[in-house]
Amino acid sequence: MTKKIIEAQVISNQKIAEGIFRITLDCAAAADATESFNAKPGQFINLYPRDKSMLLPRPISICFTERNRITLVYRVVGNGTRELSCHKEGDGLQISTPLGQGYHIEAMFEAINQDPSDHKTIALVAGGLGIPPMLELAKTIRTQIGEDRRIKLIAFLGFQEKAFLIEELSSFCHEVHVATEKGDFGFHGTVLELMEMQNIVVDYYFSCGPKPMLKALAAHCHRIEKPLQVSLEERMGCGYGACVGCTCKTKEEKDGLMRVTPKKVCKDGPVFFGEEVIWSE
Amino acid sequence: MSKQDLNLDVSKHRNLDLRVSIAGITLENPITTASGTFSAKESGAFYDIDELGAIITKGVSIAPWEGNPTPRIAETYGGMLNSVGLQNPGIDSFIKEELPYLRTFGPRIVVNVVGKSIGEYCSAVEKLNDTEVDMLEINISCPNIKEGGISFGADEKLAAELTREVRKYSKKPILMKLTPNVSDITEIARAVEAEGADGISLINTLLGMKIDIHNKRTVLWNKTGGLSGPAIKPVAVRMVYQVRRSVCIPIIGLGGIMTGEDAVEFLMAGADAVSIGTAALIDPTAPVRIKSELIGFMNRYGYQNLQQIRESML
Repeated sequence: MTKKIIEAQVISNQKIAEGIFRITLDCAAAADATESFNAKPGQFINLYPRDKSMLLPRPISICFTERNRITLVYRVVGNGTRELSCHKEGDGLQISTPLGQGYHIEAMFEAINQDPSDHKTIALVAGGLGIPPMLELAKTIRTQIGEDRRIKLIAFLGFQEKAFLIEELSSFCHEVHVATEKGDFGFHGTVLELMEMQNIVVDYYFSCGPKPMLKALAAHCHRIEKPLQVSLEERMGCGYGACVGCTCKTKEEKDGLMRVTPKKVCKDGPVFFGEEVIWSE
Repeated sequence: MSKQDLNLDVSKHRNLDLRVSIAGITLENPITTASGTFSAKESGAFYDIDELGAIITKGVSIAPWEGNPTPRIAETYGGMLNSVGLQNPGIDSFIKEELPYLRTFGPRIVVNVVGKSIGEYCSAVEKLNDTEVDMLEINISCPNIKEGGISFGADEKLAAELTREVRKYSKKPILMKLTPNVSDITEIARAVEAEGADGISLINTLLGMKIDIHNKRTVLWNKTGGLSGPAIKPVAVRMVYQVRRSVCIPIIGLGGIMTGEDAVEFLMAGADAVSIGTAALIDPTAPVRIKSELIGFMNRYGYQNLQQIRESML
């Protein structure tokens, strides 16, 4: 069996901004499973509420991993996340091992290394609760870049009001640009307006955030002919590909023809290539 | 719970007979997967599929169906709504791509068939005649599609006519999956039995709605959806009980079974086998856990087979 539901232990659970919490879990229970807690950036885990009147698991994207520890950053939006925010150090919490298809990092390196002489820039573009998964992604990309000075990793982050995870992202990114819609911090406006103003040439984009932002970024990347990977959000049922509750339409080439193919966000995604997603819905 | 723990449980009680026969086909145990809640590949990542008595597939139609736009899922108190709308790749793709993989496993295979007209149901079941499928479950109860589905299951005459036609075209045993959204379930059950149904599955979901009061709109794109989960279990148990006393053909009982004790309740009400649906969306290993809990219950009270449970109601 490659996937499991395990009992994790809460190491810490703190408020980091208004309504935003950071929880760190010890997942040693999964370490002896066939597939240990080997999470890829962009994957998520299911959290199971204790209150059984809430049936469905809460899928939350992985923010950071360190050996058998996993950190999630979440917003309290309903009863499930409210319950989650009440967990104290030492509490047990039922979670799944990592689920979904994460960011395709190899594909990115392959694309930008086609012309090894040039300097390259990779951008992480994220808004709101799309920002947490950027941390694990930034860590992974930065580790692979190593001392290679030709490759630059920059982040464009958009918040409504209060900013979070800026310091953490700054430790892995060469540059971090911040926008807040209410103007509390950094650029006053949206993350896309900020990008436009900065006018930095980017060779590869990774993104996560609200759908209108992803859609606009996909259109932008299409125009400038640069590759993009996006992480989509959808209301999920099971989170592991059984119920077909969360689908999105994609373009897929089959027998030389472009076909509209429904894909499962939880299983085939949440990460997709910008060019394959049909955004018109 | 790991597979190993479950096997230990079973091997301790070798004197138990969990087998059940439906329309002449023997299931090794009464645990089946409710249509639309199982995927051999995805569920198989969590547990050994050979532990199941039967696999009941997602609804399959003659042509591919897109399903409804999202959101398709909403959580409710002790339940959930879905409005997937029977998205499926069509019968040809099912036979070519999915069936060979399903056949690599031991459990019986029951294909859930859906359609918008009697003709569509008949064409689909005909295509399954010469396949290695064990049984069909004719879905006349989906509340999430505009034509077909529930409109057949909610009308005694239409249910009878559809059963009669499908019976004519199919060489396989057929189970009719009934909807609870009717005033008298026993009328429909008797009508499909009279037209040659080999068994009955009940219940499908109850039609429901959830409103997001902050955004002043329904949560589901489709506005309404099918309610499932423990919230509907008492309705399901009552209907199995009523139908058991109205027809002689076997019954697969389902609706909110979360534990082995829930499964026992359905057996006592008169079900021959049970399906696990919503529970498996929450805990992917639920079917095997429930099987192990059923064994635990039988052992505790000294039941040796399912017949004894079914006949135990005072």
